[in-house]
Amino acid sequence: MPTNKSVSDAPITQFINCRILREHKLQREDLWVREGRILDPEKLFFDEKGYADKHVDCEGSIIAPGFIDVQINGGHGIDFSQASDDVSAGVSFVAKKILEHGVTSFCPTLVTSPAAIYHQVLPQVKVHNGGQDGAGVLGFHLEGPFISAEKKGAHPEQFLRSFQSGGIQDLLETYGSMDNVAMVTLAPELAGSQSVVRELCQRGIKVSLGHSVANLHQAEEAVQNGASFITHLFNAMLPFHHRDPGIVGLLTSDQIPDGRMVYYGMIADGIHTNPAALRIAHRAHPSGLVLVTDAIAAMGLPPGRHTLGQQVIEIQGLHAYVAGCSVEEALEAASLHPAQLLGLHRKGNLDYGSDADLVLLDDALKVKATYISGEEVWRNAP
Amino acid sequence: MKLIILNDYDQASEWAAKYIRNKILLFKPGPDRYFTLGLPTGSTPLGCYKKLIEYYKNGEISFQYVKTFNMDEYVGLPREHPESYHSFMWNNFFKHIDIKAENTHILDGNTADLQAECEAFEGKITAAGGIQLFVGGIGPDGHIAFNEPGSSLVSRTRVKTLAKDTIMANARFFDGDLSKVPTMALTVGVGTVMDAKEVMILITGAHKAFALYKAIEEGVNHMWTVSAFQQHPQTVFVCDEDATLELRVKTVKYFKGMMHVHNKLVESLTEDSKNN
Repeated sequence: MPTNKSVSDAPITQFINCRILREHKLQREDLWVREGRILDPEKLFFDEKGYADKHVDCEGSIIAPGFIDVQINGGHGIDFSQASDDVSAGVSFVAKKILEHGVTSFCPTLVTSPAAIYHQVLPQVKVHNGGQDGAGVLGFHLEGPFISAEKKGAHPEQFLRSFQSGGIQDLLETYGSMDNVAMVTLAPELAGSQSVVRELCQRGIKVSLGHSVANLHQAEEAVQNGASFITHLFNAMLPFHHRDPGIVGLLTSDQIPDGRMVYYGMIADGIHTNPAALRIAHRAHPSGLVLVTDAIAAMGLPPGRHTLGQQVIEIQGLHAYVAGCSVEEALEAASLHPAQLLGLHRKGNLDYGSDADLVLLDDALKVKATYISGEEVWRNAP
Repeated sequence: MKLIILNDYDQASEWAAKYIRNKILLFKPGPDRYFTLGLPTGSTPLGCYKKLIEYYKNGEISFQYVKTFNMDEYVGLPREHPESYHSFMWNNFFKHIDIKAENTHILDGNTADLQAECEAFEGKITAAGGIQLFVGGIGPDGHIAFNEPGSSLVSRTRVKTLAKDTIMANARFFDGDLSKVPTMALTVGVGTVMDAKEVMILITGAHKAFALYKAIEEGVNHMWTVSAFQQHPQTVFVCDEDATLELRVKTVKYFKGMMHVHNKLVESLTEDSKNN
């Protein structure tokens, strides 16, 4: 008698009573998972004559791909940029905490720091998959120190650097090993930056433009050399001007090479960016929107006003909802788009064969449960 | 023969689904007693499948002890193609109910030896004890399954070349490109369906009206293969008003006058009737 053991002995879970985000739409479909991957139930049925071993009743929840946050500086009192002997413990702590926000993988982000910090911190955290212990680490996002002094934001000016030693050599001197780096934010107007952009992209490291006074031409050149992201659009860059829209102009540029896409991060908290500006960006370039928390050490502390450098920030938790766009678009901006940005084909979508990193949400997009590789890693206590 | 005339497509679908539901329940299927059901594809039975799914979700019926046999499948069309009848059955019926894959049977149009596949299919029907209820639809030319006009009325499961009309009608499912439309299919024969204990044919829409007329008001004729069921001891035609447009007024009035009797067949079963 045929059983579901013909291809694999692993148990099969069927999520029922759910609406799943697939092909840009919420669809009334069950979701099937085996060995941490999303399974094609039709193949299971006809090829293996198989069936589910276990059902998870989602009680009408939305199932979206687990959120991917490409910019988290810390949280719950931990700042990744503070040198300590045990950064990995801090990253692990935050990785565990962000599960409750539906984040299943992330890029721990270091703001401008002295070389000694990078040398100490970077080797401590390796790229790894998520699980019961917390969200997966996709690699560091190094925001600085090769940025503009004029647009340094909260970054300490004394540690800013330029490409004095000819480019990539400066990066290696500053960062040390770049084995676990996923993305670097730099200012493309710095002398020598274009060759650095090319070199980083060749090494598979994504380049983001930010903390910069670049004009549109410089930004376009960086994109032609491989840059693919804009760090917190509108913040820490020249304001939009109709004669030279600057980095913001990349959203509607006609100089983007065919087949390439520029993504842009936005902090959808209504404070870093006025919601009207957010809508301008979204309407101009909806498929490039990447929601980031840019979470700082204060994330996870009680709601209220906290400070980061000179800024006062009101903490309201992770905002995964952008007024003016559909639920599907908001969810994809927190999952599909960052996965595409990082070139992760098996994350950010619920296609067959993809990683079963899932977030279950109610209709108000409140996180009800989080799954990594098909295993429940967090559930809201009823 | 019974002719059931309902007002519209939805009512016809519901009537047919209730009829199937009651047949399964009255059969009292179990681990040693499977109900065998022949099934069609196409747009006509969609409403009926939706209703059956609803009855399953309400807890009225289970398909745990039901074996299904599909009428036909294209030759050479990948199983995962959205127009394959495997995909159709999965998306419109199987994935919504509790049927086990091992109890479903659909001809494999991608196998090397098509003739052997057809013979094996007949063998599986026989091994299952024959078909209790074969549900079918028809084309505007009166074909049942892919038994196109001129098919033998005693035919068995076999490879068939599709009629030009059928290929052209199907082109809309293949980007309007005739070259992409399969030209051959595996299909149960008219004789295979005739062997079922009972046959139910769904016919809806004005474009099928002439076929219904040919099916029941004229003689048995291999150019209208569905007419063969005039000689079947237990056939039910379920249609909507539009499909009766070519029938005689007398025919329609006669069968409508019997609806109060026929409707008893689809009433919800009492616990008594289920246990009898």
